Amino acid sequence: MTQKIHPLLIAGTVLVFMFLVGPLIIVLGAALSDTTYLTFPPQGLSLRWFENIFQIDAFRRTIVTSLQIAFLSTMIALVIGIPAAYALNRHRIQLPGWLSTLFILPVLVPELVLGFSLLKNLAVQFNSPIYISLLFGHSLLVLPYVVRVISASLASFDFSIEEAAISLGSPPLKTFFTILLPNVRSGVIAAFILAFITSINDVSISIFLTGPGLSTLPIQLLAHMEQFFDPTVASVSVLLMILTVAVMAIVERTLGLTFLAK
Amino acid sequence: MTQALTLQSISAHYGTTQVLENLSLSVAEGELVSLLGASGCGKTTTLRLVAGFLQPTSGAITLGGRDLTRLPPYQRDIGLVFQNYALFPHLSVADNVGFGLKQRGISGADRTKRVTAMLERVGLAHLADRLPGALSGGQKQRVALARALVIEPPLLMFDEPLSNLDAKLRIDMRVEIRQLQRANGTTSVYVTHDQEEAFSISDRVAIMHAGRIMQLDTPETLYQRPANAFVARFVGFENLIAMKVVARDGAKVTAEAPGGVRLTLSLEQFGTIPDRFTLACRADGLAVTDNLAMEGIPATLGLRTYLGRAYQYQCETPAGALVANGPLTRPLEPGVAAKLVPVPEQCTILAPEAD
Repeated sequence: MTQKIHPLLIAGTVLVFMFLVGPLIIVLGAALSDTTYLTFPPQGLSLRWFENIFQIDAFRRTIVTSLQIAFLSTMIALVIGIPAAYALNRHRIQLPGWLSTLFILPVLVPELVLGFSLLKNLAVQFNSPIYISLLFGHSLLVLPYVVRVISASLASFDFSIEEAAISLGSPPLKTFFTILLPNVRSGVIAAFILAFITSINDVSISIFLTGPGLSTLPIQLLAHMEQFFDPTVASVSVLLMILTVAVMAIVERTLGLTFLAK
Repeated sequence: MTQALTLQSISAHYGTTQVLENLSLSVAEGELVSLLGASGCGKTTTLRLVAGFLQPTSGAITLGGRDLTRLPPYQRDIGLVFQNYALFPHLSVADNVGFGLKQRGISGADRTKRVTAMLERVGLAHLADRLPGALSGGQKQRVALARALVIEPPLLMFDEPLSNLDAKLRIDMRVEIRQLQRANGTTSVYVTHDQEEAFSISDRVAIMHAGRIMQLDTPETLYQRPANAFVARFVGFENLIAMKVVARDGAKVTAEAPGGVRLTLSLEQFGTIPDRFTLACRADGLAVTDNLAMEGIPATLGLRTYLGRAYQYQCETPAGALVANGPLTRPLEPGVAAKLVPVPEQCTILAPEAD
């Protein structure tokens, strides 16, 4: 059975697709260029700009920092977010409606405002160490994603299962780990991945909270661009893309991307 | 093993709303008592109080002399069967059934043996390795039953366990539940809104309304001798006629209904008759006849509906609107004048209610 598709529809689809993928292809091309300046299409093919990333000390350090911050802030957000999502769903009837909105607030407030206020109130007011401020900022940034995703998988969770376990002699805390968590496992994994990607790609908050001696990869990339116009910029971008795509691929393989859209 | 359950003057509130009012109930060892009523009558609240998921504002709950009132739910040792089965989706049938034993520190061969024996009793031994998602509704409910029974609880509680099953399976399952409960002799509380289900399965039934038990009795007594107007209506006495005794003559009592209708009732058939009472009649308890010479309530017939075993008429009478049944052999047309003759076996006397 074949169905005739309108040529305009095909043309439109191709255009949208190019619009989405085009910039990525250009960056990838530029990163592979053998020239000392950014150009597209690439002239000559080389991986030397990728090597260059690891030769520049600042990039090496910021990659480690970015991964650390992403991992730690995601873990902090999970530790806070899972119980929060649990409480919001378990006691939805008794709790006021605005409470769940409260946990979404950090994504509603412009990130620049959030970053600036964290700088003013944490770094300046309390003179807290840069690393701690940065970690705190990122935890706050990714918390809404964690709460949202876990809430989505808890929304279909039947809490009488929990009561069944308790009535059979399992104390509440133990029930949380042996019955509840295994049943929202996919939600936890999805939340981890979303939070991790959000943190590792973040600029707006990090730009306020990084400082002398401590920076994240995207911020270091901006700093590098101000001084040099070589394809390192493109290759770092590709590196970030690969990281994101790799993580997404794991989701796709384990849970299916449709899961994130839920 | 099995123990008696006592609820002593239990009151419960959701916020400021009172959902249970001074409720007392005792279930004897090995007895199955149903809590029957419409939604919102407090039957599920009662069950959740006993299970420990809710706290009463006052009163005490004891099981075999042990005070449960302040005990956390995981220490109460009560087998629960839920309406939606509440099986653990990530555990196999065998692990579901074994869960309670595991919490009790029973491990290895002993646990496996008891789980297998229990699964055999509910006829599901061949499905031990399946996940609950792969089972039918009836199979799921059997697993839930096995999971609650295997811990050999002193008390078993059912929360509308059959509402999600289709009609045929519901009847099979309730027989099965009753047989298992009898065989184990486990004290049981069974919550349902289905009258037939409650009556067929229970030793005694508590009919609940607005947070109170209206009557607690055997199904037979409830069905034939309801104690008050609410229970009478609940078990199908559609006509309630307020009456006043005007004359007593030996075993015959003449009483008057509103509109001046007089009926002669026999003490032999109705037992004692107080001076003021309510005559409760099922539709079958008022026989429609066009023989106007009979003693009965004069009526003008209204809408006629076909019941299969009889015709049912909506009737206008001096004593108010009544519902009565007439024989299939003589269908009568709307507008016809008739008499409604009380059939003592399908009628009962309600004493006046205080309040």
